[in-house]
Amino acid sequence: MKGNEAIAEAAIRAGVDAYFGYPITPQSEVLEYLTMERPEERTGMVVLQAESEIAAINMVYGAAGTGKKVMTSSSSPGISLKMEGISYIAGAELPCLIVNVVRGGPGLGTIQPSQADYYQATKGGGHGDYNMIVLAPASVQEMADFVDLGFELAFKYRNPTMILSDGLIGQMMEKVELPDQKERVTEFDQSWVTTGKTKDRERNIITSLNLDSELQYEHNLKLQAKYKAMMDDVMYETFDTDDAEFLLVAYGSSARICQKAVDVARSRGKKLGLLRPQTLFPFPEEAIAKLAKQVKGILAVELSAGQMVDDVRLAVNGRIPVHHFGTPGGKIHSPDDVLKAIDEKLLGGF
Amino acid sequence: MEINEIIKPENLVFKRTALMTDNHLSYCPGCGHGTVHHLVMEVIEEMGLQEETIGVAPVGCSVLAYDFMDIDMTQAAHGRAPAVATGIKRTWPDKIVFTYQGDGDLAAIGTAETIHACNRGENIVIIFVNNGIYGMTGGQMAPTTLEGMKSSTSPYGRDVKTMGYPIKMTELVAQLPGTHFVTRQAVHKPGNVRKTKKAIRKAFEIQQEKKGLAFIEVVSNCNSGWRMTPNDSNVWMEENMFPFFPLGDIKVDGKIVKDLLEGLK
Repeated sequence: MKGNEAIAEAAIRAGVDAYFGYPITPQSEVLEYLTMERPEERTGMVVLQAESEIAAINMVYGAAGTGKKVMTSSSSPGISLKMEGISYIAGAELPCLIVNVVRGGPGLGTIQPSQADYYQATKGGGHGDYNMIVLAPASVQEMADFVDLGFELAFKYRNPTMILSDGLIGQMMEKVELPDQKERVTEFDQSWVTTGKTKDRERNIITSLNLDSELQYEHNLKLQAKYKAMMDDVMYETFDTDDAEFLLVAYGSSARICQKAVDVARSRGKKLGLLRPQTLFPFPEEAIAKLAKQVKGILAVELSAGQMVDDVRLAVNGRIPVHHFGTPGGKIHSPDDVLKAIDEKLLGGF
Repeated sequence: MEINEIIKPENLVFKRTALMTDNHLSYCPGCGHGTVHHLVMEVIEEMGLQEETIGVAPVGCSVLAYDFMDIDMTQAAHGRAPAVATGIKRTWPDKIVFTYQGDGDLAAIGTAETIHACNRGENIVIIFVNNGIYGMTGGQMAPTTLEGMKSSTSPYGRDVKTMGYPIKMTELVAQLPGTHFVTRQAVHKPGNVRKTKKAIRKAFEIQQEKKGLAFIEVVSNCNSGWRMTPNDSNVWMEENMFPFFPLGDIKVDGKIVKDLLEGLK
């Protein structure tokens, strides 16, 4: 099935309570699949097409505040519209899942795949000091798997999770092993949710407002401590790194292309490896720093003008050269393009 | 009656609703918000709905409504309360959900959310306090600021040629099939307070009966923003606001019962 359809089917099977969305290419299949599948009959899941991305994320905010498992999906321009709501969700510490099937920008851009929303996703995106948990699937299988994982992490940290996919993964068809149907139940601490004040407790309030800056300062420290703790859940994969002399770092669809490039380079006798972050926040900085002691140079490969490369450079901290090869604007590089960049940029000086 | 007699419990004729907290109201003396807060809480208490109710507070003067209302509440981003309420009500269809919004929130930045929640017939109550000005931010022109009315961003009076016309959201939403009950009330006089409370009770009953959206506009004063004494502001409101925003039921049982063009030139 398509990556977007895998997300939708996995959402039903994960026991998601509600999905609020708005059509935008290249992610409309999520909403289309869900409305076609009648999840209200299968599991009782609510599916609603909102009047805008802004309304959709605020529906997510409202329902997440009541302890429900809720999600939305969109693509780059729509995610920009959602950023107001995401900032409120992060401020109010609500768990939810947001899927971004990224397309090329800026502005209306193009409907072709891109990884140019990395900064927006991993550095907060909206106003204020906050972070989302960011998962980067590289296959249709991971599109399905990361729905459940995304909710698990969201509820663990009471924080929004974003699946940062792109038009390539969203539109491509692959075999996928779907998870079993989970019951629609909420298993976490419900003490903070707004479902009506009962006599045995104080009223619950979902808000991101602290007019007293001292309180807001304390709230920010608490958030930062939480983001730091997320490092426990960092996820990445390595390929051929054991004896690697040079390293590629790439995520999502770009990592798929790099895997092919590594195979070809290895067949030509070049000791190349690949590190693929599966979580972009938290970022696998320790793993990269460790490999920086082993390899002679790193090439960050992205479908953008260069965004993740900044985090690679911070992790490497000047120890070895970190180069960048990127294709912005919705164009996709081939393994040959990557091999050429490896020769020119990574191996050129050696 | 002697004072010792008056304070005896059996002689009690009125008591503050238990659903208002002891926090000091942050509203200016003379403002109608406090009265509307009390009425909503009185109705929820009398109907025994505290354990079932989730309120949605807006951005504006009533952003801190959750400090005063002793119920579970979610604070929404500016204008988004009807979408937030939709999210809650759709996932908890048997709970009671209401939004409490001002005119800048509901009739400017939240126009789309308001129109579409009404049009979908979300089974919620919307309480809309219209005082024709942005009170919280210091008296700027609002979507409902009257023609010629002065504000800090229309210091020479609202010129409709450049600033547009005041918008009558209540008449607009009355025309949408999703709204079941639409009314415009006031709270500046005891008679009006009683009528408003009756309307609020009716709105919550409609939600209990799952009949659709109930929309209550309360035309109110903003003596601070209007730069008037509370009394003068109420007189000014009667003379200027009410002709353009005429009081009374607009839609009852899903049927329009009033001339929607009343008040327009």
